[in-house]
Amino acid sequence: MIEQKLEPKRVGKGLYTWVDERLKIATLVEYMSHKVVPKHRGSIWYYFGGATLFFFVVQVVTGILLLLYYRPGADSGYESVKFIISEVSFGWLIRAIHSWSANLMILAAFIHMFSVFFTHAYRNPREMTWVSGVLLLGLGLMFGFSGYLLPWNELSFFATRVGTGMAGALPFVGKFLMTVMRGGDDVTGATIGRFFGLHVAILPGLFAVLLSFHLFFIQRQGMSEPLEWEKGAAGPRKYYPFFPNFLMRELLIWLIMLNILAVLAVVFPDGIGVVHWPLGQKADPFAPPPPVIRPEWYFMFAFQALKFMPAHLLSVEGELIGIGVMSLGGLLWMLVPFLARKNMEGQKPILINAFGWVVVIFIITMTIIGYILK
Amino acid sequence: MDNANQDRRGFLNWLIGGGVIAFLGSVLYPVVKYMVPPASGEANVSQVKLPFKLKDLQEDEKHFRIFKFGRTLGIVILTPDNQIRALSAVCTHLDCTVQYRKDLGLIWCACHNGKYDLEGRNISGPPPRPLKQYAVHINKTTGEIIVAEGQG
Amino acid sequence: MNRRISIMRRLRPAVMLAVIMALMPAIGRGDGCLDCHATWEEGAKAPSKLIKFDVHFKAGLGCSDCHGGNPNADDMDVVRKTKGFKGVPKPAEIPQFCASCHSDPVYMVKHNPSLPTDQLEKYKTSVHGMRLFEKGDGKVANCVSCHSVHNIESPLTPTSTVNIQNVPKTCAKCHADTSYMKEYGIPTNQYEEYQKSVHGIALLVNKDNGAPACNSCHGNHGATPPGVTSLGAVCGLCHALVADNFAKSPHKKAFDEAGFPECETCHSNHFVQKPQLNWVGTSDSSLCVRCHAANDGTRGFAVADSIHMALSHLNNAYNRAVGEIDQADQKGMMVTDERFALNDVKQAIIQGANEVHFFDATVVTKTAQDGSAAADKIYNSGQKKISDYYFRRKGLGIATLLITILVIALYFKIRTLEKN
Repeated sequence: MIEQKLEPKRVGKGLYTWVDERLKIATLVEYMSHKVVPKHRGSIWYYFGGATLFFFVVQVVTGILLLLYYRPGADSGYESVKFIISEVSFGWLIRAIHSWSANLMILAAFIHMFSVFFTHAYRNPREMTWVSGVLLLGLGLMFGFSGYLLPWNELSFFATRVGTGMAGALPFVGKFLMTVMRGGDDVTGATIGRFFGLHVAILPGLFAVLLSFHLFFIQRQGMSEPLEWEKGAAGPRKYYPFFPNFLMRELLIWLIMLNILAVLAVVFPDGIGVVHWPLGQKADPFAPPPPVIRPEWYFMFAFQALKFMPAHLLSVEGELIGIGVMSLGGLLWMLVPFLARKNMEGQKPILINAFGWVVVIFIITMTIIGYILK
Repeated sequence: MDNANQDRRGFLNWLIGGGVIAFLGSVLYPVVKYMVPPASGEANVSQVKLPFKLKDLQEDEKHFRIFKFGRTLGIVILTPDNQIRALSAVCTHLDCTVQYRKDLGLIWCACHNGKYDLEGRNISGPPPRPLKQYAVHINKTTGEIIVAEGQG
Repeated sequence: MNRRISIMRRLRPAVMLAVIMALMPAIGRGDGCLDCHATWEEGAKAPSKLIKFDVHFKAGLGCSDCHGGNPNADDMDVVRKTKGFKGVPKPAEIPQFCASCHSDPVYMVKHNPSLPTDQLEKYKTSVHGMRLFEKGDGKVANCVSCHSVHNIESPLTPTSTVNIQNVPKTCAKCHADTSYMKEYGIPTNQYEEYQKSVHGIALLVNKDNGAPACNSCHGNHGATPPGVTSLGAVCGLCHALVADNFAKSPHKKAFDEAGFPECETCHSNHFVQKPQLNWVGTSDSSLCVRCHAANDGTRGFAVADSIHMALSHLNNAYNRAVGEIDQADQKGMMVTDERFALNDVKQAIIQGANEVHFFDATVVTKTAQDGSAAADKIYNSGQKKISDYYFRRKGLGIATLLITILVIALYFKIRTLEKN
């Protein structure tokens, strides 16, 4: 027998054969190699789903690392976070990345969602992908809300008290919901226990299931093509192979994002401007609340809109109507693929686009007003 | 021409391979460093193991020692009836560190002659409030003293 | 909010009833005197108006219990003729007037068993009392000058004129009045000085009720300036360690012999200031050179110099450490532990200042060295934090460089891939 040199390529191939013999992955690889990504003016929007996924992976990794030292509880939550950022080497970095990545994940998810909305990629046959995506965003927001309390500092304590208090304003179920969320009448150590469980067990579980479906749908159906192509208006259709071209481009973007994340985390470990999470003082339930209690930026529009509601509208509490209208809006938003079916048959789905723009303008103006008005 | 292209591709592949390895290194370095627990062990929560043993306190001429308790100071005292008691060591008047006066049987603040009894009650001088008492647990076999938040 | 208002509305009758019930005894009591006096007298300061706040009135004593007379008589002429009618006492009569109850232990024990009954005895020993009784001087302070009259309150009540927060003002009412005090030939700037002193600021500005008011040093009923010999004991009530140290120092004997008032010699009396580093030493501004000179046959000059050196070294080390951790703090590094450790240095500074009163350089030097060592440790830790800050930037720079190279390589890879 001739001595075979141990080349990386040969080793790789050997390994592949070994696995293929057992799991028959050749068909899967074959399938993947035919996957293509449409190439057109709006191709850039395809990257934002991947970006969201990337930030989610960063969240999982840094979250697990934080779990090594974090200890939930009213008399240990704050102390352990302080320990992480002051004594554990690179602890400050892990926490900063976790916080930055959380915000960027929500941002990327919003961009991803609106790009899908305005390119109408949710249309038949991708209704389920859209619905699962909207649900994933909802879970992402819940991740943010539950994670915010865990350091048990002044900022998080009062924001959580206000946030859960709003849920308490709901009719019939409000009191129940609030008590269940808080684990009692007020935000206490019991609340941390619940939020911690939600943040590291329940939400990740649900998220993983939904995300698997979301990704499975995409793999099964391929990337959505522009609406114009379907109408036959455009010229020749071009595609990238998914592997390796699109994947390499995606890798490139992920690398750049990771670098941005690192720069943000090192230069602004406590965040900056309205995305700000200094540890500050430990939560003191008896201390007067800080003069300005603000929710995180992605809740700002809802918070501000509720503040604008009059005290009473036709003898119903204004806040209640606000919550009702926004819940209805959210539901409509999720059901857009089913409602827009008719509208999609015309040349341009004007009605749906108008709805989208109203939502975007509403969110942007309310957010800006929320930060300008004290 | 073909050869040059081949060379360039080889170099590019080498660069990417090396880059990936270096990149992984720069990511893994902080992660591995992070996973190694710091010397101080764990976050001080609401209890602390004193850096000296029961015997040290008993042999200490002054019958008391000051210790660090989170972000504040505590005082542990061997009382005349041979009990171990732990209290906050921060005088409630102007935050000086108090001491135990064996001769007076009192906790005493040198700054303005504030006096507390061994329960921490302010009994004389300017202190406006009592000292906070902590719970003391003693491991009989090892002689370790553990001080915890909460009434003694 | 709305709910709260409606609850208030529902409760209003009940609240009013409760208020009326609370006022009832006050209105109904006070013998019959108030029936007439309240209608005759005008202004909020009239006795019949003030009496509602009076501690005696609240305890159930009526006008006639002090002033005598028949409270149930309808005619003032009848009242005046009643046996035991005292009317309005003259200033010189006031101490006895109050003492008829307050110096009677048998009577007082029934009302307030823990209250002393020696006020009159003490008053007789005070400068006020001596002038009143021996010289018949009606201008000096008697009971009501300080305790007010008809609205007398317990000293523990914050509104009382003799509550510790109000004592300086109460004394100043006369003692800061130059024309009133003219004939006595004593200064009238005590209140002004006191307000600016560490004690006045602690009590009046920082509301630290542990800080001394006038009576903490001068006594109250027996008010007298502390003498030269008792001064150390008076200051030593709070500054026990300093007084102890001083008593052991060579200055004790020297001051006694020279007739210097112990603490006051350097610290003044009403205008006590936070001690400064240059007070001890051999510079022109130091206090030591008032008595000591370079070759005066005592060790004083050399000791003062050594103490100054030791303390300024400690001070510099402290400032250096604070500067370094401030800098680290500005760079966004966590320095809470360093700030905490600074307490040790502050403690050493306090201890050093206490030990100055031994007037022995070796003791202070030892403390200053320990404190400086602690400060240097903090300084080093701060320095490490700052270098850590630059290390982070450097690490970020390296990682960015690596990623950039990788990104460029990947970019070219994609280009060559897509050319084919």
